[in-house]
Amino acid sequence: MLKLSWHAISGHLILILGAIFMTAPVWVAFMSSTHSAETLFREGLQAWPGGHFFENYNEVLFVEGGVMKRVTASMMLWNSLLLGIGFAIGKVVISTLAAYAIVYFRFRLATPLFWIIFMTLLLPLEVRIIPSYEVVAGMGLLDTHTGLILPLIASATGTFYFRQFYKSVPEELLEAARLDGANAWQFFIDILIPISKTMIAAILIIMFVVGWNQYLWPLIMTTNEDNYTLVIGIKQIYQVLSEGGELPQFQKAYALTILATLPPVIVVLVFQSWFVKGLVESEK
Amino acid sequence: MKRVQFSHSPIPYLFIAPQIIIICIFFLWPAAQAIYQSFLLEDAFGLSSQFVWFKNYKDTILTDAWLQSAGFTLVFSFLVTFLSLALAMLLAVKANEVIQGARTYKTLLMWAYAIAPPVAGLMGNLMFNPLIGDLYYFLNAMGWDFNHKLDSFDAGFVVILIAVWKQVSVNFIFFLSGLQSIPKSVLEAATIDCKSNLRRFWTMTFPLLAPTTFFLVVINITYAFFETFGIIDTTTGGAPGGSTSTLVYKVFTDGFRGNDLGGSSAQSVVLMLMVLALTVIQFRFIERKVHY
Amino acid sequence: MAEVKLTNVNKVYSNGAHAVRGVNMEIADGEFIVFVGPSGCGKSTLLRMVAGLETVTEGDLFIDENRINDVSPAERNVAMVFQNYALYPHMTVRGNMSYGLKNRGDSKEEIEQKVIAAAKTLHIEDFLDRQPNQLSGGQRQRVAMGRAIVRNPKVFLFDEPLSNLDAKLRVQMRIEIKKLQRKMGVTSIYVTHDQTEAMTLADRLAVINNGQIEQMGKPIELYKDPKTLFVASFIGSPQVNLLLVQYDGKFLKSGSLEIGGFEGLPIAEELVLGLRPEHLRIDDQGKLTMKIDLVEQHGADNLIYGSLEGAKNEDGDDLELCLRLNQDQEPSIGDTIKLSYDHSNALVFNKETGNRLI
Repeated sequence: MLKLSWHAISGHLILILGAIFMTAPVWVAFMSSTHSAETLFREGLQAWPGGHFFENYNEVLFVEGGVMKRVTASMMLWNSLLLGIGFAIGKVVISTLAAYAIVYFRFRLATPLFWIIFMTLLLPLEVRIIPSYEVVAGMGLLDTHTGLILPLIASATGTFYFRQFYKSVPEELLEAARLDGANAWQFFIDILIPISKTMIAAILIIMFVVGWNQYLWPLIMTTNEDNYTLVIGIKQIYQVLSEGGELPQFQKAYALTILATLPPVIVVLVFQSWFVKGLVESEK
Repeated sequence: MKRVQFSHSPIPYLFIAPQIIIICIFFLWPAAQAIYQSFLLEDAFGLSSQFVWFKNYKDTILTDAWLQSAGFTLVFSFLVTFLSLALAMLLAVKANEVIQGARTYKTLLMWAYAIAPPVAGLMGNLMFNPLIGDLYYFLNAMGWDFNHKLDSFDAGFVVILIAVWKQVSVNFIFFLSGLQSIPKSVLEAATIDCKSNLRRFWTMTFPLLAPTTFFLVVINITYAFFETFGIIDTTTGGAPGGSTSTLVYKVFTDGFRGNDLGGSSAQSVVLMLMVLALTVIQFRFIERKVHY
Repeated sequence: MAEVKLTNVNKVYSNGAHAVRGVNMEIADGEFIVFVGPSGCGKSTLLRMVAGLETVTEGDLFIDENRINDVSPAERNVAMVFQNYALYPHMTVRGNMSYGLKNRGDSKEEIEQKVIAAAKTLHIEDFLDRQPNQLSGGQRQRVAMGRAIVRNPKVFLFDEPLSNLDAKLRVQMRIEIKKLQRKMGVTSIYVTHDQTEAMTLADRLAVINNGQIEQMGKPIELYKDPKTLFVASFIGSPQVNLLLVQYDGKFLKSGSLEIGGFEGLPIAEELVLGLRPEHLRIDDQGKLTMKIDLVEQHGADNLIYGSLEGAKNEDGDDLELCLRLNQDQEPSIGDTIKLSYDHSNALVFNKETGNRLI
C-alpha cells in the first residue's frame, strides 16, 4: 500500500503544475510545427501532432527561396554550431591557461592583471556594445567568425571557474610533480589538464549553450544573411511573418524555433549531471 | 594563493597573454571608447566632433524617456527577480522532498535553461499573437481587454512573464543544489524539534539557503538588466512608446537606431556605474559572510 | 647513498614568521632520522627545505658535500612520501611510478624493469594497472612508497606518511618502512608528531620545538636523559608526571608534600620534578600517598590514575598522577596506596628555563 500524505500530494501537484508551466510552451511550439499553415490559422495553436512534420522541416532546412529567401535553416544551423563550438573551445583554452598563470605562479604583474580580468566579469558586452562594434568594424572583422567569437571570449567567466577549481587541487600534487622533475608546462599538460577533465567537459557544455544562444552581438555583427545563426534568423522570420500579406507561415516559424532550441537542449539533457555540477560548483 | 608556486620566470606571462590581449582589444579599448565618446558631441554626419563635458549626460539622463526607462527597469528587475526566485524556491523545496519521480521533475524543471532568451521571447510572442495565440484569446475571454501591442501594462505583463519563465530553471538548479548540500542530520534534528512543515521551512531551510539566495539575487538582477535584451527585442521591441524599454535596450536603440553615439555612450557609462555599485554591495556581503 | 648536512639553516616566511631557527645537523649515510615535535614546530618546513619545496632563507644544505640550496627539487635526487600520498589521480599505479623516470629520460625497458622491481618489493605488482581511487588506503600508501623507491634516490623524505591510516595498518606499515629502509640502506628523514612512531623508527631522533632542535640523539637517550623539560614531556607514553616543587635545601616541597633525597639544587626557585609512570611502584614504606580514581587495563600492563596526596598543581587542585603496573597488580578504584620511586630515574628541571638540573 502506497501511503501518501496530504503534504506529499500537494508537493506532487505543485511540481506537476511547475513542470507543465516550464514545458507547455515548447511542447505547443513543437506540435504546432507539425501542422499546416491553414490549420494553425483556422484553429490556432495545436497541442497534438499533425501530419506535416517532414514537409515543414524539410522546407525550412533545405529549400531556398522560402521566407528567408536565399538562406536555409541548415546553413544557420551550421553557423550556430560554429559559434557555439568556437566560443566554447576558445573560452576553455584561454581560461585554462590564464587561470593556471594566476593560481600557480608568483609574478610581478599578477595582481593588476588579476583585477583587469576580474573587471570583465562586471561589465557585460551589452553595456559597451557600440564601441565594441566600432573596434571590430575598424579591424575589418565584421561578418567574420573571428570578429563574432573573440569579443565574446573577452569576458573572463571561464577563467574564474578554472581558478576556483585549481585552488581546490591539493598542493602536494604540484610538489610531487616537481620532485618527479616536471617543469611548468609538463605539470600543466600531464597533471592539471587531465585531472580537470570533468570540469573542462562541464564548462564546454555550459559555454556551448551560452555561445549558441548569443543574440545581441551576432545581431549587430552580421549583415550578410549567409552568416545568420538560428537565433538571429528566426527573429527575421518572425518579422517577415508579421508583415506578410499572404497566409502567415506560422508552422515554419515554429519549426525554426524548435531547430534553434533542440541542439542546446539535447546537450544539456544528455550531459545533465556534468552540466549541473559545472554550473553549481564553478559559481562558488 | 598556493603555498608552493613556480616563480620568477617569463612563463606565466605567456600563459596569461592570450586572455589579456583579447581583454585589451575587445574589452578595455571599447570600454575606454565608451567613456571618451560620452563626452563628445558629433554632428549629424559624424564628420566632426566636439568635447562637451557632461552635456550628453545632462541631455540623455535627465530626460523623461530615460527616467521612464530607469523606472521600468527597476520595477521589471524587482518583479523578475522576486517572482522567479520565489517560484524556483517553491519548486526546489518540493522537488527535494518528493521521492517518486524526483529525477523526472528535476529534468523537466531545469531543461529550459538551454533555451535562448530571444527564442523564449518569440515563443511567448506567438502565444499572445492576436491571430493564433491561445493565451490572447484566453485572457480576452476572461474579460481582460488584452493587447500587448497597445497597452503598456499588458506589454509589461508579457515581458515579465517570459523573463520569469526563462529564469526559473537556473534558480531551480542552484536552489536544489543548495538544499542538497544542507546536511541531512540537521534537517532530521529539526524534524524532531519542530512539527510544522511551514515553520520548519522558515526557521531552518530558508536561513540555511540564504547564501544561495543572495548569490542568486545578484545573478537575477544582472540577468534582468542585461540578458533580457533578447526577450524585449523579440516581443515588444520596447513598445508601446518605450514603456517596456530597459536601460540596456535604450542604449541599443539610441545608439543604433537613433545614431546618437554620445548619448548612448553616456547611458552606457551610467549603466557601468550601476553594475559596479551592485558588485560593491555583493562584496560587502561576502566579507560579512567570511566573519561568521 | 648519501650524507646530509645542515648548517645554521633558517627559514623566515614573507609574512615574517620565523619557522626554522639556526638548525645544525649531520646525518650519516644510511641513517634513519626522525623529526618529531608538536604541530607548527617547523619540522615539516625543515623537511620541505631538504626536498627543495621551500627556499632556504639563511644557511646551507649539503648532500654529499654538494651545496644544494639552489638545486631544483628534481635534481637533488631525493624522493618524498606525502601525508595525503599526492598520487596523480588520473594515472595508473604504473603511470604514477614511472612519471619521474620518464621525465628523467630513462628508456622504456629500464622504466618497466624498475617499476616491476619496486612493485614486487612492496607487493603491489597486482595493482599496477589500477587507478588510485580503486585502491585502499594501505595500498595507496604503498604506491606512494613505490613512487619514491623506484627512483633509487639518495635520500628518502617522509612527511607524516602514516597519519591517514587506521591504527592497525599504521603499526604494520611502520614495521615495513623500517625493514625496507634497513634493506635498502638509504638515508631517510621522517617527520611525525607521533612519539611512538618516532621512538620505534629512528636511529636518531630530533625533537623540534619552536623552530629549533631541542635535543637530538638515540631514542633511548632522549627517553633516559632528556636535556629539557620539553623533551622529557614529549617523549614517553603515558606522559611523565610533573610536580611543581621548590627546594628548601633539604626537601623538594609541593604543598604539604615533602620529598627528600636531593642535593645541590638551587634554593627557593620554581622547579619541576619529573617521575615517569613506569618508575613508580607500590611500596608500603613509600612516602607518596595516592588515591586511585581510575584503572585502565591494557592487557600486558595496567595504568593507574589518581591524585597525589598533599601535592597541588598550578590551579591549586590535587595533582593527577599516573603509574604503570604489571598486569598482575590491580588495585581497585577508591583504594589509597603508598608509592615509592626510583631515585636514579627522577628528573628535575628549572621551570623558568626548562633546563634539566638532575
